[in-house]
Amino acid sequence: MADAAVVDHDEVAPHAHIEHDTNTGISNTKLAMWLFLASECLLFGGLITTYLLYKTPLTIEQGPAPKQVYDIPFTSVSSFVLLMSSLTMVLAVAAIERGDHHRVRTWLAGTALLGSIFIAGQVYEFTVFKSEGMGYTTSRSSSAFYTLTGFHGVHVTVGIIMLISVLLLSLRGKIPEHRSETVETVGLYWHFVDVVWIVIFAVVYLIP
Amino acid sequence: MALAEPGPLALPSGGPSDGFNPLGVLSRPVAPKAAWRKWLFTVDHKKIGIMYGAAAMFFFMIGGSEALLIRAQLWAPRGKLLSAELYNQVFTMHGTTMVFLVVMPIGAAFANYLMPLQIGARDVAFPRINAFSFWCFLGGALFLNSSWFFGGGADGGWFMYAPNSGVLFSPGHGIDFWNLALIITGIASLTGAVNLIVTVLNMRCPGMSLMRMPIFTWMTLVTQFLLLFAIPVLTAAQFLLMFDRLFRANFFNVKLGGNPLLWEHLFWVFGHPEVYLMILPAFGLVSEMLPVFSRKPIFGYPFIVFSGVAIGFMGWGVWAHHMFVSGIGPISVTTFALTTMFIAVPTGVKILNWTATMWGGKLTFTTPMLFSIGLVTMFTIGGLSGVTHSVAPADTQQTDTYYIVAHFHYVLFGGAFLGFMGGLYFYWPKLFGHMLNESLGKANFWLMLLGFNLTFGPMHILGLQGMSRRIYTYDAGYGFEIWNKIATIGAFTLASSVALFLFNVFYSRVKAKNLPNPGPDPWDARTIEWMIPSPVPEYNYDPVPTVTRVDDFWYRKYAETPDHRLVRVHTLEEVAQPGGATDVHLPSPSYWPIVAAFSLPIIAYGLIFTLWLCLVGGIILVTALFGWALEPPDAPGGDHGDHQGPDDESSAEGPAPDADADADAGATSDVAPDGAATEDEREVETVG
Repeated sequence: MADAAVVDHDEVAPHAHIEHDTNTGISNTKLAMWLFLASECLLFGGLITTYLLYKTPLTIEQGPAPKQVYDIPFTSVSSFVLLMSSLTMVLAVAAIERGDHHRVRTWLAGTALLGSIFIAGQVYEFTVFKSEGMGYTTSRSSSAFYTLTGFHGVHVTVGIIMLISVLLLSLRGKIPEHRSETVETVGLYWHFVDVVWIVIFAVVYLIP
Repeated sequence: MALAEPGPLALPSGGPSDGFNPLGVLSRPVAPKAAWRKWLFTVDHKKIGIMYGAAAMFFFMIGGSEALLIRAQLWAPRGKLLSAELYNQVFTMHGTTMVFLVVMPIGAAFANYLMPLQIGARDVAFPRINAFSFWCFLGGALFLNSSWFFGGGADGGWFMYAPNSGVLFSPGHGIDFWNLALIITGIASLTGAVNLIVTVLNMRCPGMSLMRMPIFTWMTLVTQFLLLFAIPVLTAAQFLLMFDRLFRANFFNVKLGGNPLLWEHLFWVFGHPEVYLMILPAFGLVSEMLPVFSRKPIFGYPFIVFSGVAIGFMGWGVWAHHMFVSGIGPISVTTFALTTMFIAVPTGVKILNWTATMWGGKLTFTTPMLFSIGLVTMFTIGGLSGVTHSVAPADTQQTDTYYIVAHFHYVLFGGAFLGFMGGLYFYWPKLFGHMLNESLGKANFWLMLLGFNLTFGPMHILGLQGMSRRIYTYDAGYGFEIWNKIATIGAFTLASSVALFLFNVFYSRVKAKNLPNPGPDPWDARTIEWMIPSPVPEYNYDPVPTVTRVDDFWYRKYAETPDHRLVRVHTLEEVAQPGGATDVHLPSPSYWPIVAAFSLPIIAYGLIFTLWLCLVGGIILVTALFGWALEPPDAPGGDHGDHQGPDDESSAEGPAPDADADADAGATSDVAPDGAATEDEREVETVG
């Protein structure tokens, strides 16, 4: 079945994807990822709404507000690191489409590393906030802050696991050029997580 | 999971001959012999659809029993059957069960079974994710109902308003079970939605443009988009509630400024699209049945489609009409009152279209037709009482009374469920290869209609008299007694009609042994799923058809003369597919979906009782996901060399006029002929 599709539709699918030619021209996997990400927007939308509603504690006695404990320069640096990981992700996708397997692995590893640095920064930040008196159960705003950023952190972590899995597959020679879409799909997820962070960083840290 | 699907990824898992098995745990269930294994590890959308339906009927029995308990308690003033505490649990579980474990899964059952058939596909886009969705739903549903054995069900109403849902007011585990169970079924709905949307958008057969799709497929598409965007909002709200209850966060802790309105908004932003995604599949089914039994095309196909899409969009702008008494302010109330009036328009368009479809048609009052007309009339009543809610001052009086209960049962039972019952009678031959008994079916319909109106009709009056919902009893002397007695009698009538349906299922099955197969097209129907044998062969279509217009199958059978009269141009044997192909490439069964799905309830038990279980469940989940990702979608030996993939347009030019002989042989013998016969037939079809 795959062979027939590839032979018949070479012009349509220059990268010779395994998938059948689809009605929309977008492969099933990629379309599914887009739909999933669309759905994720509303998950984060709900959590961001919650944070906006609760961004300050009800009274001053209920512990510090998130904006009193932020270290914006520190978080800016870790945000920059995360954004740079999108660049390395793009380079990884470009490399697999060229068939440059060595660079694919380099860039995938780099992306995973940058993501890990971001997560490490988040863990560090959380411990500092905790030591400054803003625990998860301290106030409504601390709960909202940790839940929103924590959800994002979990998403980044899942992304890192996906990146490492793809890297291991690639090292074993299991991702040839015609399966470049696997890398691209993981990349979609990764970029989404970055974009969400831009929104969260702006809403939570930057807007007074 | 997205990682998992595309093409053979590499590492072959399973198969007796290959030496390497990536995780060393489970080899692939290649062509399992035992029947139960065929169902447990199947990725066939038809089997999954049937399992959805069966599970939904099972939970319908449970939810129905809870309803009967409620009605028995309200039979007389100061009823003693249920305590106030137990009553709270029973109505909460009744509502939750009926919404999440009955109506939504029946919609999913039809969507799974029918939609791929209606678009001429051989399966859904991601067969294993489809299996995962079902098992995930079943796991969540069983988990929810297991709460009865762990100290009682949830008791906050199906909407679970904060702060009433906090540990302070509901210290048991019921709400935790509710919360985690619905997160799990939410995952099921979400993965199902992604899967079905991709299927509709990407896997239509040649010629099946969007505006040639059957209405049910359209409504499925709209429904799945609603799910895609509504479920995550509920999930977000439920995560907040979970963190509140299990990890002492402060989202709904009023003492620290938690805002109960936050829950209400999040819940109803989900909750109102939810009611449309429950009703739209039934609307789709009715739009399939009415034209068949009126022998007319659907009146205004584009209007039906676009009114469905309009409902899908407008459904997002009306949620706060559930909250008119929560103090959201006059501007919000006015806005949402207006949008609520507007959303009646596309629904009214549909009612008009159905009526006009029947108008002047040659009506035959079969059981599916009766149920369809039942939907149109009963939904109209429910829709009209719904529009009265947009009159905010009146709604303020009706809020939390039985008037509301009457309204949503008229739309959900009188609307959705009657449509589903009609759909079951209509598609039963396609599903199981025999008809349901018509006389019993008609009795079933009239008994159900009677019981339904006896149960919920009086609730309008009770509500306007001021009887409150969710109160476990009432005092004598307010004029409530007689209507409550009628409603209780109605509820038991309704239960007996359901019993009659189940009897019909078994009776017809026994009787069918002596009856011939009803053939591909027992109703003289219009859409392409009726051109394949009943029950549907595992591969659906061979060859994949090419569609040239709406109601393609009908116009293969009939043509119109210049003076608009129908003439039969082809017999059924000429246009139906004979079945019996043996060389069609199909997705292979897999263990991983069910393993991954059942790890989720383990994690959920862990969150409630001991976090160690989370670790166990987490390890199972991660193992399953990696096993899944590394397993190719098709077993290495599963490739049958498909000569007629969906892309192969040359083979799909419609019915071959000279295929009669083969068609006859295939259709009447009803078993797979040998490979040689299939080859012959293929030749003929290709030439045609």
